[in-house]
Amino acid sequence: MASVGTSFRRKEGPEKLTGEATYIDDYRLEGALHGVTLRSKVARGILREIRFDPAFDWSSVVVATAADIPGENAVLLIEKDQPLLASRELNHLEEPILILGHSNRAKAYEALEHIEVVCDEEEPVLTMEEALADGAVFKRFEIVKGDLDAGFRDADVIVEEEYRVPHQEQAYIETNGVAAWEEEDGTLVVTGSMQCPYYVHKAMLGLFPRAPEKIRVIQTTTGGGFGGKEEYPNLIAGHAAVLSLKAKRPVKIVYDRAEDMRATTKRHPARIRHRTGVKKDGTLVAQDIDVLMDGGAYVTLSPVVLSRGILHATGPYECPNVRVVGRVVKTNTPPNGAFRGFGAPQTLFAAEMHVEKIAARLGLDALVVRRKNLFREGSVTATGQVLKESVGAKEVLDRTVAASRYLPRKKECERWNRRKSAPSWRGVGLAAVFHGAGFTGSGEVYLQSRATVSLLPNGDIEVEAASTEIGQGTTSILASIVADALEVPYDWIRVSTPDTARVPNSGPTVASRTCMIVGGLLKRSADELRRALEREGVDWPPKPSSLKRAARKLCANGRPFGFVQEYERPREIRWDDATYRGDAYGVYGYAAMVVELEIDKVTYEVTVKDVVTAQDVGRAINPLLVEGQIVGGTAQALGYALLENVIFDKGVMANANFTNYVIPTTLDTPPMRVEIVERPYSLGPFGAKGVGELPMDVPAPAVAAAIHQATGLFLTELPLLPERISKAMHDRAHRQS
Amino acid sequence: MIELTVNRKKRRYRGPLFKRLLDVLREDFELTGTKEGCGEGECGACTVLLDGEPVNSCLVPVAQAEGTRVETVESLGASSRLSPLQQSFLEEGGAQCGICTPGMLMTAWAYVRGGGPADPASVRTALAGNLCRCTGYQHIVAAVVEAAKREKRKRARAR
Amino acid sequence: MRGDPGSMTLLRPRSVEEALGLYAANPGAVPLAGGTDFMVAWNAGEANGRTILDLSRLGAWKRIAVTATGVRVGSLVTHRELQLHPLVRRRLPLLAEACGTIGGHQIQARGTLGGNIANASPAGDTFPPLAVYEARVRLRSAGESRTLPFLEVFTGVKKTALADGELIDSIEIDFPRRPARESFRKVGTRAASAIAKTVAAGLLWLSSDRRIREVRFALGSMAPTVRRLGSVEALLAGKRPTPRLVEEAADLLEIDVSPIDDLRSTRAYRLEVSRNLLRAFLSPGLTR
Repeated sequence: MASVGTSFRRKEGPEKLTGEATYIDDYRLEGALHGVTLRSKVARGILREIRFDPAFDWSSVVVATAADIPGENAVLLIEKDQPLLASRELNHLEEPILILGHSNRAKAYEALEHIEVVCDEEEPVLTMEEALADGAVFKRFEIVKGDLDAGFRDADVIVEEEYRVPHQEQAYIETNGVAAWEEEDGTLVVTGSMQCPYYVHKAMLGLFPRAPEKIRVIQTTTGGGFGGKEEYPNLIAGHAAVLSLKAKRPVKIVYDRAEDMRATTKRHPARIRHRTGVKKDGTLVAQDIDVLMDGGAYVTLSPVVLSRGILHATGPYECPNVRVVGRVVKTNTPPNGAFRGFGAPQTLFAAEMHVEKIAARLGLDALVVRRKNLFREGSVTATGQVLKESVGAKEVLDRTVAASRYLPRKKECERWNRRKSAPSWRGVGLAAVFHGAGFTGSGEVYLQSRATVSLLPNGDIEVEAASTEIGQGTTSILASIVADALEVPYDWIRVSTPDTARVPNSGPTVASRTCMIVGGLLKRSADELRRALEREGVDWPPKPSSLKRAARKLCANGRPFGFVQEYERPREIRWDDATYRGDAYGVYGYAAMVVELEIDKVTYEVTVKDVVTAQDVGRAINPLLVEGQIVGGTAQALGYALLENVIFDKGVMANANFTNYVIPTTLDTPPMRVEIVERPYSLGPFGAKGVGELPMDVPAPAVAAAIHQATGLFLTELPLLPERISKAMHDRAHRQS
Repeated sequence: MIELTVNRKKRRYRGPLFKRLLDVLREDFELTGTKEGCGEGECGACTVLLDGEPVNSCLVPVAQAEGTRVETVESLGASSRLSPLQQSFLEEGGAQCGICTPGMLMTAWAYVRGGGPADPASVRTALAGNLCRCTGYQHIVAAVVEAAKREKRKRARAR
Repeated sequence: MRGDPGSMTLLRPRSVEEALGLYAANPGAVPLAGGTDFMVAWNAGEANGRTILDLSRLGAWKRIAVTATGVRVGSLVTHRELQLHPLVRRRLPLLAEACGTIGGHQIQARGTLGGNIANASPAGDTFPPLAVYEARVRLRSAGESRTLPFLEVFTGVKKTALADGELIDSIEIDFPRRPARESFRKVGTRAASAIAKTVAAGLLWLSSDRRIREVRFALGSMAPTVRRLGSVEALLAGKRPTPRLVEEAADLLEIDVSPIDDLRSTRAYRLEVSRNLLRAFLSPGLTR
C-alpha cells in the first residue's frame, strides 16, 4: 500500500512518547567534564588580560583559550570573521573568551566567577542606523526590474511607509548542547543537538586540521531547531572540542535557558521602507523597497538571510518596475542567524501590511488589491523569473477567503464595532505570501548535495542522508518517498542516524529543502537501486526473502549495496549571482490566511479567535505532518506578532528567560482550520515543494490587518502588544482633539 | 538516606538532599525520560506526578519528595507497547521534536485519569503549564480529547 | 543549572515547634515552602551555600480550618487546594479565582499561600483578593505569636514585616457579607501561566437606596506592594455611582499607586488599564 499522501506514523514516534529517545543531555559520558563558557561583559573592547584568582583551587579545572586552537581561530560559515574564542577584540556582550571544565557542573560555574577579564572598553554601535552611518555594512544587494522612475510617473497614487520588526528568539524547548571527545585512533567525535552535521564537520576541519574522515559528527535526537541550531552548533561544538582535546577527556556543554537566550542567534531585526506607485484600481506600477537588517557582530549567515529577505520583499505580486535594495549591517550585539523563514517573515510582514495601506488609501478592500496583482502562471518576478508551474497563489487565496467567510465576517465585525457598548473590538485580517523552496539561486548547486539508498547485508533498505529529524518529520518523509519509489511498505525502510561517518552530505536541514531536494535525490537513488536489483533477477515488487537473497550476493564483505545521487541543477533553472537576476528559486510555495481576533476594550489584550489558512505545498507527502508544520509555524508566528518581545538593554537580551520572554501557551493559540492545496511541482518528489517555513510568513501581517480593521489603527511595528495598541489609540485621540 | 516510590517501585536515595528531584530521577535513578527545558517552572518539560499531581520537578528538592509517590513518563508504556494515551499522541501527531512530550504526557495523564472532560477548552486549560514550540498544540489537544473520551467510555462500562 | 546541592545545609524539622526553634538558632536560614520562587533563584546559582529550613513536613500548617467567622488557611496550603475547596469557592470566590491564575497546574500544585506572601512579590495574584477580604496573617516565632492585618505584612519589594525567627502560621479570612458586586481580574503577559502587569480585586456593597455603602478595591503590580485604593474608596463611600463619579474615581486612582516601566509593561499602560478595571467594576454595563 502506498504511503505518500497518507498520514503514516512517525518512525521515531514511539521512542519520543516513552522517554526512550535520547537527547544530548541524556547521555552519560564516562569521565566527562562539564564545559562552561566565560563570556564578555562588554559590548566592545580590547581584551588585555585574563586573571585567575590565585585563592581558588584550579587543580580540578581545565581551561582552554584561543591559544589552544590548533587550526585557525575562526568559525567557518561564509566568512572567517567570527573567532571561536576571542583573543584580542571583543565585539559583543556574551562573546566567548574561554571554556573551562570540571567534573562537577556547579563547580565549573563557580570557577567562572573567579576569573577576571581586563579589557579596554570601547563605545559600542548598538543600532542599525548608527552602523549604517559608520558604513559598517556586511553586505548589500540590489534587485532591479524595469524602469522605476517611469513607473512612478505612471502612478495615480504613491504610498509610503516604514515597518519595523524585532529580534525573535527560537525558544526550542531543548537548549543547545554538544559533547566532544577524541577516540584512540585520533578521530575527533562531536555529537549533539544540531540541524547540520556537515556544517559542523566543515567548521571542525578548520579548527582542528586533520583528515576529513578523522572528524565524525553525529546528530543526537534534537529537541527543536527552527534555524537556531543551523549555524550556532559550529561554535558550541568547537568549544566542546577544544576543551576536550586540551583535557584529553570527553567534554559536554549544555546551556541553561538564560545563557542560550542571551548568547545564541536570533531572527534578524529589520527596518523595511516601501514606496509604492499604484493605479486607482489597485494595479501596482512601481515598488521601491529598502531593507535594512541588523546582523549583529559577525557575518555568520546574514548575507543569505538578507538575500531571501529581498527576494520576498515585493510580496507575491507582479509589478513591472521594481527596485529592492538590501543591506545588512554590523552592530556590537550577539550575531543574529537563521530562524524559520530566514528573512522572509520580516519582509513579507512589510509587504503585506503595505498592501493593506494601499487598499485603505484607495478605498478598496485589500482583497481586491491582492487579486489585481497576485502571481499566477506566467507572472514575472522582480528578478525576471517566469513562474512556469505550480503557482497555487490564487487557489490558496480563494479557498481561504471562502472558508473563512472573509467578506461577510468583515461586515459583521464592522457592525459589532459600531456598538458603543460592545466590550471588545473585532477584526478580520487577510494576508497572502509566497516562499521559495530550497536554497536561493546557485545555492543548491554550490551545496552539491548527495544522498544514498542502500540494500544492507541483512536485506533491509536504508536511507543515508545528512538531513536531520528535528521534529518536522524528516525521517518519516524520506522513508515514505523511498518506500513508494520502490513499491515496498513504509515499514521496510530504515533511515540512518545523521552520522558523517555513515551518511553523505545531503546538505543542511534548512530552507524548506529536505523533502523537495533531498527527497528528490533519494527518489532517484531508489529508482537506480531498483533497476540494479531487477537486473539481478529480483522480481518486483520484492518479498523480504528475495531482498535478503540479493543482499547475500551483492553486499560483499558485509558492505551495503547502495546508490548515491548528487544534485544537478535542473536545466530550466537559470540564475546570475552577479546581477541578481533569473530564477531565484526552483519553485515557490504559497499561503493565505485569515485571522479573526478580538481586542478587549478594558485591557487592549488581543485574543485570536479563529485562524483559517490554505497553503500550497505541491504535494502533501504526509497530510498530518504537513498540518503539524502549518499549525506549529502559525503558533510561532502568532508569538512573533503578539507576544514575543526581545528587550535589548545595552547590547544584550534583558529578558532572557521564559518568565519574561513569553511564547504562546495552549490558551494563547486558537484552534486552526487548515486546508492543504496541492499544485504539484514537476521536479519535486511526487510533486512536493517545501512546507517548513511557509507557515511562518503569513500570520503576522494577517494579525496586524485584523487589528487595523478592529480599531482603525495601522500599526507598523511588531510585536503588537497591548501597550502599543493602547498608546496608539491615545496618540490618535490626541491628534484628533 | 530517603525513600520514595518511583513508578511503583520503592527507591532509596543517598546523595545530597537538596539535589533536585529532576536530577535524582535522571542521574541517580537513570530515568532520563523527564527533561529540563528552563529551570524556572515555566515550560513544564520536567513535569512528573507527585502523589498524583503534576509538578515541575526542576523546582522540587528531593528531600521534599520523601515518602511520596512519583510517576514519570517511563511508567506509561514502552515503545513496543504504548499506553492508550501514548497511542493517541502517535495517531494524532501530538509529538514532533519530542522534548516537551514526556512532561506533556504526564500532565495529560493526570487529567485523563482524573476524569477530565473531553472538550478542547478544558484540555487546553489543563495543559497551559506545558509549553510546546513545535506543534501549535492542536494535535496534542486532539490526542488528549480522544484519550479523555476513551476514559469516559471505560468508566461508563465499569459502572 | 548552576545550583550546587552539595553546598547546601538542609534543616528538616518535623513539627512547628522544632521549626521555630531551628529558625531561632539559624536566623540566616531560608524558610522553604513549595519552592516555586526560591528554586528558580537556586537553579540560577544564586543561593549556593545557604542553609535551608524545609517546612514541607509541617502537617499542622497544611490544613484549612473552618472558624466561626470564616476560614483559617494554614500557610502551607497550596493554591490548588485553595481553589478546589468548596467553602473558599463559595464564600471567597476572588481568592479561589486568583489561585487558578498563578502559573499553570504544576505551579499551583506546589506553591503555597504562605510562601507566596513571604516572598512578597509586588505581583502576587492572591494579594488583591486578600487585601479586599481584609485577611489577617498569623505569625509565630519560638517565643511569641502575633497577628498582622494583611496589608501590614508587606514593607517593600520582596520585603516583609516578619521579624527574625518569624514564620507565617496561617492566614485568617472572615467571610464577607454578601457583596452586591465582586470581581477579580488579572491582566497578564499572555493568556495563561503569566506574571501580572496589573491585577485587581474589588468588593462593593450597596445600601437600600442604591448608594455605595462600602467599596474595597485593591491593585497589585502597581506599586512595590499591593495597594488598597484608599482615596478612591473614601471618595465613593455613601454616594451613588454615577458616570461622573466613576470618572472622578478613575482620576483619583493614580494617587494610591506608583506603577513603573519594566520588562513586562509600561507605567502608562498599567495606569490606563487599572483605571479601566476600576471603571468596569463600578459600572458593569458601562464601557468606553
